[in-house]
Amino acid sequence: MSLPSWRREPGGVALLVVLGLLVLLVPLLNLAVPADSAWHVSTYTVTVLGKYLCYALAAVALDLVWGYCGILSLGHGAFFALGGYAMGMYLMRQIGERGVYGNPLLPDFMVFLNWQELPWYWHGFDHFPFALLMVVLVPGVLAFAFGYLAFRSRVSGVYLSIITQALTFALMLAFFRNDMGFGGNNGLTDFKDLLGFDLQAPGTRAGLFVLSALALAGGYLVSRAVVRSRAGQVLIAVRDAEDRARFLGYRVEYYKLAVFVLSAVLTGIAGALYVPQVGIINPSEFAPLNSIEMVVWVALGGRGTLYGAAAGAGVVNYLKTLLTGALPEVWLFFLGALFMLVTVALPLGLAGLLARRRRVA
Amino acid sequence: MPAAVAALFLVLCALVQPAGAQQPPQAAVQALATAGFGAKAALLEQIADSGEPWARPVLQALLDGDLKMRKADGQVVLTRPSADGFALYDPIDGQELGQAGRFDLKRLAINNALRGQLRTLIATLSLGDPDPARRRAAVRALYDEIDPAMVARLRDRQAAERDGDVREAIDIALALADLKSGDDAARIAAAEHLSGSVEPDVRVALAAVAQDTGQPDAVRAAARRARASSDTWVSIYRGIETAFFGMSLGSVLLLASIGLAISFGVMGVINMAHGEFLMLGAYTTFVVQQWVPVNWSLPLAIPLAFLVAGAVGVLLERCLIRFLYGRPLETLLATFGVSLILQQAVRTVFSPLNRQVATPDWMSGSVALNPALSLTLNRLYIVAFSLVVFALLLAVLRYTRFGLELRAVSQNRAMARALGVRSARVDALTFGLGAGVAGVGGVALSQLTNVGPNLGQGYIVDAFLVVVFGGVGNLWGTFTAALSLGVANKLMEPWVGAVLAKILVLVFIILFIQRRPRGLFPQRGRAVEV
Repeated sequence: MSLPSWRREPGGVALLVVLGLLVLLVPLLNLAVPADSAWHVSTYTVTVLGKYLCYALAAVALDLVWGYCGILSLGHGAFFALGGYAMGMYLMRQIGERGVYGNPLLPDFMVFLNWQELPWYWHGFDHFPFALLMVVLVPGVLAFAFGYLAFRSRVSGVYLSIITQALTFALMLAFFRNDMGFGGNNGLTDFKDLLGFDLQAPGTRAGLFVLSALALAGGYLVSRAVVRSRAGQVLIAVRDAEDRARFLGYRVEYYKLAVFVLSAVLTGIAGALYVPQVGIINPSEFAPLNSIEMVVWVALGGRGTLYGAAAGAGVVNYLKTLLTGALPEVWLFFLGALFMLVTVALPLGLAGLLARRRRVA
Repeated sequence: MPAAVAALFLVLCALVQPAGAQQPPQAAVQALATAGFGAKAALLEQIADSGEPWARPVLQALLDGDLKMRKADGQVVLTRPSADGFALYDPIDGQELGQAGRFDLKRLAINNALRGQLRTLIATLSLGDPDPARRRAAVRALYDEIDPAMVARLRDRQAAERDGDVREAIDIALALADLKSGDDAARIAAAEHLSGSVEPDVRVALAAVAQDTGQPDAVRAAARRARASSDTWVSIYRGIETAFFGMSLGSVLLLASIGLAISFGVMGVINMAHGEFLMLGAYTTFVVQQWVPVNWSLPLAIPLAFLVAGAVGVLLERCLIRFLYGRPLETLLATFGVSLILQQAVRTVFSPLNRQVATPDWMSGSVALNPALSLTLNRLYIVAFSLVVFALLLAVLRYTRFGLELRAVSQNRAMARALGVRSARVDALTFGLGAGVAGVGGVALSQLTNVGPNLGQGYIVDAFLVVVFGGVGNLWGTFTAALSLGVANKLMEPWVGAVLAKILVLVFIILFIQRRPRGLFPQRGRAVEV
């Protein structure tokens, strides 16, 4: 299999161009164009678009493991949520005395639970660099531990999918507990500001949007570099014939582990960018349904293309916003039908559809 | 038996010879209307000693405040609340005497002394009841308070009693009386006798003696030992109860996962819509209950749920899954889509809210094996039901033509086809069987949990883990996995709480699968490669 160069990969170019245009135009149209102009983009729209970008980054990360290494993770929502929680904890600490109870040290929910002091794992989250480190480290370490065990004992295919689902399910149950110290049911919310910037301000929202777009572009380029490297060739070999790759002398589990951890870290970053934009993180982000939805973004967009995954996330979530607003009853019917349609009729996804048309023409 | 009862009455009558039997007992009942408290006491003794069959109900009615005087003619009547006031009955022969309002009647007053006397008299009379359960209840009523006269009666009764349970109850009552007596030796003996009993009254009494600093050390030590032994038994029974809860959770898991063991284990199809088949079964129960009386609904719902879920399963296999054989991950996604659609369909057709599914009378309540251990009936039924379903499924696989074909196709499809098995039909039916069994499981679940659109979601992860833990393609593995996970979950619950127990079980399975990726009982041989 020959790897496409930029010239032969118009989808990737298109993705970067679209992202570039978004970075340039959206903040401009939001901040500089007056609100009554037809060209004005509302702050709400900026936030929604920013959300899609975070989803797209998660989708790219998932495509990296599923599309190129054959690891169908049904638990990527866990990494997304963990990154989000790490960011949420920082934002929580930034609230300081402005909480409902005005406690300078403890977040509101801890005061409510009558806790006297900050749990040890909350220390350090008042420093932004520490929080950023945790955004990367927590999903990464979890993915490393989980992947090390799973890949070493050659758990693969469906079994791996099921235990990743069990992983996120277990985490969801755990985070629902008040004793865990992550706000239980309600999660973390009521954030005020990030590094001193008011989270409600349009400028901050636009800034977060730009950051999300850059993160997506960066995540895409990193993933693309990985899959185009020598190691990427091995990953594809593992996907297509794991035993054969092993017999050729490759330490399959190390390759898998490395790409799984990278994917988890990217997903965690997506989650960390997502939380300040939507203003809340709660345990329902761990729900298995969320992880499986991510899979359908990738499947619809076309797995094994990276840019397709990003496009799939955008398309599905745009439709979701549209449908849940207009016809909430129809959304699940639609999503369900999409799952079936993609698997039966579009195994290569939208990207595959485009590629076929190009070949025909 | 009647002879024994008659003899007993004679004994009792001889024991408490009435002070004056100057009027017939019927007149004594009527006399209650006008007598003072002192006179009533004598009248009560007289009624109790009459030996008449109505004596005990009359005394009970007086104790319960159901014996009243009709103001119009001063007659003593037995009353039962009715729609408009009270229905009146003759206390002697039970004849109906019409209705009366609340203000037409006057309750016959009693004081605490009379209440105590009434209880003793009723207990004495009940001791002669032909029904052992009533005799036993009468004795048990004496556990917390007993007077010396009653002790004497019980001792007599003990000799005559034939029923083992009643004798045991009498032994306990006498020992309790001894424990409160003045004689140290008797108290020590009583404590030793009561050792290990789990009756709440006994436990309280033993603890009281053990802590009473006014008692001699020997007595206290004996009581402490007895109580400790009782504690041991209580914890043993609690352990049994926990194991039972675990069994029942395990059988729920078994019902939820056994259908999956067929579609996933035998066919290799990852059916994420499996939980929705459970849900369909539960909703079938709900629909059946709209038409059929609750007590008859379940026997009807079980086959119907099998058919409904099974039909949907066959449909799903024919329309979707057969295009995806050999691509397990795609099957996973497609069936997940099906599960979303089924959930939303149920939400649209029924409502997003939970539906109330009633429990038949014969399933509610519990069986008390002893004072420390009672098992709820619905859980007992579900344990039994899951075993029956499991056995039936094994039988179908082993002894029917279809089962033979199913096993042939799952072991070697090409060979089975070469021998004339229509593998496509077998696939559809197999998937339908798995779905139908899930539907039957849903009927059972409707008796335990809320029936709502999300019912299936709660079980899907568990069901997959059970099947994977047990070893794919092995029904006995699924059986063992379901029961052991259920028991493990319930064993941990008292220590760490329900949620954490569940998390720990999940983590355990995740780690277990790392050690043994193919489960407890891995398939061996050529089938593994498929």
